[in-house]
Amino acid sequence: MNAYDWQQMLLLFAALLLLVKPLGAYMAKVYQGETTFAAPLLRPCENLLYMLGRINKADDMDWKQYAGALLLFNLVCCAALMAMLLTQHLLPLNPQQLPAFPWQLALNTAVSFVTNTNWQNYGGESTASYFTQTAGMTVHNFVSAATGMTVAIALIRGFVRRKTALLGNFWVDLVRTVLYILLPISCVAALFLASQGVIQNFAAYKTAAPLQAGGLAMQIPMGPVASQEAIKELGTNGGGFFNANSAHPFENPTPLTNFAEIFLILLIPASLTYTFGVMAGNTRQGWGLFIAMLLLLTAAFAVLQWAESSGNPAISGLGVQSGNMEGKEVRFGLVGSNLFAVVTTATSCGAVNAMHDSLTPLGGLATLSLILTGEVVFGGVGSGLYTMLAFAVIAVFVSGLMIGRTPEYLGKKIEVREIWMSILTVLTAGVVVLVFSGAALLVPSAVTSMSNPGAHGLSEVLYAFASMANNNGSAFAGLNGNIPFYNLLGAAAMLIGRYVPVVAVLAMAGSLAEKKYIPPSLGTLPTDRAPFVLWLILVIVVVGALTFFPALAMGPIAEHLLMTGGK
Amino acid sequence: MNNVKSAVLLFLGLTLLLGGAYPAAMTVAANLLFPQKAQGSLVVAPDGKVIGSLLLGQSFTEPRFFWPRPSATAGFGYNPLASGGSNFGPTHPELLRQTEERVRQWRLTGATGEIPADLVYASASGLDPHISPAAALLQVERVARARNMNAEKVHALVLSLTEGRQAGLFGEPRVNVLALNLALEQLAP
Repeated sequence: MNAYDWQQMLLLFAALLLLVKPLGAYMAKVYQGETTFAAPLLRPCENLLYMLGRINKADDMDWKQYAGALLLFNLVCCAALMAMLLTQHLLPLNPQQLPAFPWQLALNTAVSFVTNTNWQNYGGESTASYFTQTAGMTVHNFVSAATGMTVAIALIRGFVRRKTALLGNFWVDLVRTVLYILLPISCVAALFLASQGVIQNFAAYKTAAPLQAGGLAMQIPMGPVASQEAIKELGTNGGGFFNANSAHPFENPTPLTNFAEIFLILLIPASLTYTFGVMAGNTRQGWGLFIAMLLLLTAAFAVLQWAESSGNPAISGLGVQSGNMEGKEVRFGLVGSNLFAVVTTATSCGAVNAMHDSLTPLGGLATLSLILTGEVVFGGVGSGLYTMLAFAVIAVFVSGLMIGRTPEYLGKKIEVREIWMSILTVLTAGVVVLVFSGAALLVPSAVTSMSNPGAHGLSEVLYAFASMANNNGSAFAGLNGNIPFYNLLGAAAMLIGRYVPVVAVLAMAGSLAEKKYIPPSLGTLPTDRAPFVLWLILVIVVVGALTFFPALAMGPIAEHLLMTGGK
Repeated sequence: MNNVKSAVLLFLGLTLLLGGAYPAAMTVAANLLFPQKAQGSLVVAPDGKVIGSLLLGQSFTEPRFFWPRPSATAGFGYNPLASGGSNFGPTHPELLRQTEERVRQWRLTGATGEIPADLVYASASGLDPHISPAAALLQVERVARARNMNAEKVHALVLSLTEGRQAGLFGEPRVNVLALNLALEQLAP
């Protein structure tokens, strides 16, 4: 890595560090029901939504009620989106007269947006009407992100509250997340993006006659892009308005929008670690998690940047400048593409500004590995924090076994139930990835969907299920996912990968909340010090490596050896 | 049952707010503040016909124009309805075949030395409006000859249209191919 690469990374980290504390503290206030500066403007809107939904905001829920309300709400979302996609041709704001989604694609897409995955087996500009994009996709970008955040907050309350079954009110947490956190930041971000050239209109596609006489007439797609782009990044959703996602100049026109989009993806997941620290009464606990995440991100970026700069020896050998520019845009260059790639896979965002299928084998390995950690390197909004906390519980437990101390985390004794639920949270996606990828190799149509031959084809399938099961949504996009096998099995992977951990985390939160607080003693492992941070990183890496090494060896690692061997 | 009612009604309320009011407000605000950009940064000829968007690349093949990057969009290159990359992995035989062919073509136009990477590799969107300054300079001789222009003049035009890093910090130096070709047409129609 050269000086400019480091400078870009450090700029990003500096911008992040500047905002983690104020935003994290603000979010803690929002979730603790305190009055914030935004209240005079938003309180009436909040109360209106409670009135509309017949919600009594004083109702406190135990974990089963909380999980029940969450699952029910998500079911309503999924049904509504699927109905909208199936009737798209009958709905307004469809100047291109795009037809309805076929049912399997509609199911996959609905599940995908509701689970915050935003895997897309379709290209937006040729498939989705403006009504679908705004009343459908944009809405689910908000509420699926908010759903993830409510679960993280319920888990934090589980650690903080004592001898109670109650975790808060799901409806209130949901509404407050949307109104006080996601919506204001999205408004600012959308206008900033529009100022740089991201389009925002409801016009019909424009016909253009190109400058070179005799060229084919072009249809230039239009649409309300900026409003969706903002929440797409902020809510770590990642579903592109256009097929090329954030590589499309209408979604990401300048280097500055690129930096802003990367920053928006990281903003909430990073700040939530501080929210966690504030609510847990010790901000060092939050910084510890933040540092663990930052170190893992830096390591992945270094590998990716090195691999992409080294490039493809077979092509450099033809007398071409080195550095792999296949599937990358000139305005972002290598470093702007690579930073985006690690951030979008570290968080469960899945927006892309470069085509991951065309990354070098070790570059692809870096992004795939970040997804396969279970999305804990900042991770999805909310989901990153709750999965990381499950890893912390496991790390405390394992170290407790090794040194013969009772495992405790944040003053709560870690017992059988917590361990079970943490393991479910951490390993569910991994099992889905391996079993479903294995199944794909036995199905002829799934194999012929690969666009690349050999080891890289296996990487495409592995990446697809890793992405869906971990609710990331980015792809090695050469794989043709729009066949019944991937539409249906993919929907199953996204559902299992989202809701099994969600319910497990809420169950753990319920059991933690009922425990009494144990003050730290000499026998307590301090979890806000450097040794624990390093230990946590080690646990994450070891769990990931033990689960996935054989699969990765047959995919990206084999391809790297072929490429450097000149095969 | 109460929960079902809450879920449905709250969802409807949120849809009105997030799927209706929010995009509508952003559309109004963006079109008031940045009308040209909100509508796609379109380039319109004097006769009112749309030539394209400054943000989207388009195909140029004649020697008198600067050429853009290879585009892998479906149907034809620079098809704005099918944005996307080749999705070829680094060991895909087709990637090697296509890049070899592109290198051969550039050599035929007289390119010597190392060929800039962006001229050989297809972009991510298939609509990349830019090429690197090196890629533009490589084409100055050819364009000048095809237009009977002084190469120095074309060279100066490329330099004047080269954008540096944004705010001196972000991104890579680049040249917008459509803007460059439009300027050329003005200079020597």
